[in-house]
Amino acid sequence: MIAALIQSKTALLKVGLAFAVPLAVAGVPSSPQRASENRVTASETVRVPPAAFSYRAAGEFNRERVAVNAPLLRLRRDAPVVIMKSQVTEAAFEECVRDGACRTLASRNMARPDVPVSGVSWEDATAYARWLSSRTGEIWRLPTDEEWVFAAGSRVKDEAIETDSDDFSQRWLAKYDRESARDRAGDRTTRRIGSFGVNEHGLLDIAGNVWEWTDSCFVRQSLDATGRTAGEPTTNCGVRVVEGAHRTYATSFLRDARGGGCSVGTPPDNLGFRLVRDEGSWLGRFIVSLRRLRPIG
Amino acid sequence: MFNRRSMLMCAAVSALLVAAPALAQDLSKLARVKVDLVAPPFIHPHEQATKAAPRIVEFKMNIQEKEIVIDGDGTKIHAMTFNGSVPGPMMVVHEGDYVELTLVNPDTNTMPHNIDFHAATGALGGGELTLINPGEQVVLRFKATRPGVFVYHCAPGGPMIPWHVVSGMSGAIMVLPRDGLKDEAGNPLHYDKAYYIGENDFYVPKDANGKFKTYDSAGESYPDTVEVMRKLIPTHVVFNGAVGALTGKNALQASVGERVLVIHSQANRDSRPHIIGGHGDYVWETGKFANPPQKDLETWFIRGGSAGAALYTFREPGIYAYVTHNLIEAVELGGTAHFKVDGKWNDDLMKQVRPPEPIGAGDKLGSVAPHAGHAK
Repeated sequence: MIAALIQSKTALLKVGLAFAVPLAVAGVPSSPQRASENRVTASETVRVPPAAFSYRAAGEFNRERVAVNAPLLRLRRDAPVVIMKSQVTEAAFEECVRDGACRTLASRNMARPDVPVSGVSWEDATAYARWLSSRTGEIWRLPTDEEWVFAAGSRVKDEAIETDSDDFSQRWLAKYDRESARDRAGDRTTRRIGSFGVNEHGLLDIAGNVWEWTDSCFVRQSLDATGRTAGEPTTNCGVRVVEGAHRTYATSFLRDARGGGCSVGTPPDNLGFRLVRDEGSWLGRFIVSLRRLRPIG
Repeated sequence: MFNRRSMLMCAAVSALLVAAPALAQDLSKLARVKVDLVAPPFIHPHEQATKAAPRIVEFKMNIQEKEIVIDGDGTKIHAMTFNGSVPGPMMVVHEGDYVELTLVNPDTNTMPHNIDFHAATGALGGGELTLINPGEQVVLRFKATRPGVFVYHCAPGGPMIPWHVVSGMSGAIMVLPRDGLKDEAGNPLHYDKAYYIGENDFYVPKDANGKFKTYDSAGESYPDTVEVMRKLIPTHVVFNGAVGALTGKNALQASVGERVLVIHSQANRDSRPHIIGGHGDYVWETGKFANPPQKDLETWFIRGGSAGAALYTFREPGIYAYVTHNLIEAVELGGTAHFKVDGKWNDDLMKQVRPPEPIGAGDKLGSVAPHAGHAK
């Protein structure tokens, strides 16, 4: 009985995709009415082709007991990153809530189809990914921080702090100034998808006013005098890397990182997310091959 | 009908009649100075100690009713303001001076307003003599007889009093001793910089979805707002009129070695200022300078309806959070300011001897030489 129900939902979803994909390709916005009729959210993705890229490691690093910039790594991706073009919307998240797979959000909005969901924790985002995977038969998950940075491309601002001083307070003040200086437009209200522009890969709203959860855990690492890792890192998965206009770290069950009380610094305006679709798994490949056998449209 | 209000009015009028002739003669000989007020957290230029004879200090404030944003979510209230800012501007005079305020209620406003100076004597702090309608102005003069920092606020009668106050209508005045501030032994105390942090509690109604409501006018917001007020739990507790008004780009500036006087007022509700990472070197907790300051305080108490002053010399650079140390109010409701202090770090006062590292790592690396010099 349950299996049959799931199958029928999957069938419905495929019909929805069949409509949504050609429309998106043609550049015609699909009407909200149609989307609500089908009750399906076809998450348009962007495929970022393999390339080499610079990556400032996430986490905190110290060299010989003094806090330093995290190492700047040169990484190479051999596989593309398939990532949602836009952040998961309120309407999309609401579907998961209605299915009983996601927790009701504290302040439930109008479930707008064109506004990113905010006020979600890492747990919420992960639950959504699980639900979407089961609904689609694809593997959806939060990106790692490396994947996010790779897809965000030129919108990533290097976190290195230029200071000649070994006085830790200079580093602290410089970080505070940099975060304060960002143009926040004074308004943290979430805006329509696309309001913050598009990056060179076609991703919308990278570094807007909704920060995005990644799957990466907080790491602290000591380095030796030559900059090589010294000893084991401390990894804390209760705290995840959050990406956006600046990188930060947040406790995974937090839905709102604002407040900005004692923890001086500039907190993210809103917490949201977008997902990557894993094509490395057998299931992902299987689904893709099925699609190829039976072209859509 | 002879009610309390008219009785008080009679008393005030007769007191004036008796006193007026003698005063007018004396005052004509006094020098007059005009002061331009500035918006908090800043304070208009002033002498800390003065050799000048007592004088008449003229101020002018325009009352402005206007909508203001009180947090980063764009929550708005119909504020009532002294001179356009929440809180109203800090006024500074010396003991024995006369404060002469021209209070203007432009016809663009909709409500009667007045001003009650806690520093003044009689007539409900001046409130009884200053109630003006839109399109009117009034001039009040009072003698600053008691040195200290004092609240002023609007008090236009009955239920309007708390509502006007929690809509932003409060500020503070500092009456300095003519020879300046002194420590407990009578030695002079100076400040290099002074900031005025006015704290406000707001009570914004919410709709059925828990979202803050907006209203077309102050009057329309009134019934719902009173309902929230009567529960005594503010939705916002803020410094300088809005959440984050004194953080980030607007953080207060200071340098190591600088002596900073922080004046904190709360016209309606208790507060407990605390500088995270710092102290109050000299604190006039009740704000009255004829009393010796308390020393080395960690947190001080500002009684609702009063102002206090704390003198602190920053000794380490970095960020200091100046909070009301009910941390729920500080972090969740907005009661936080930041001081950004530049200067050179002093390892003697504090040093991170070893950075965070796996438990036991310090033991294993016990033979590591003490940190000599700093490798970049």
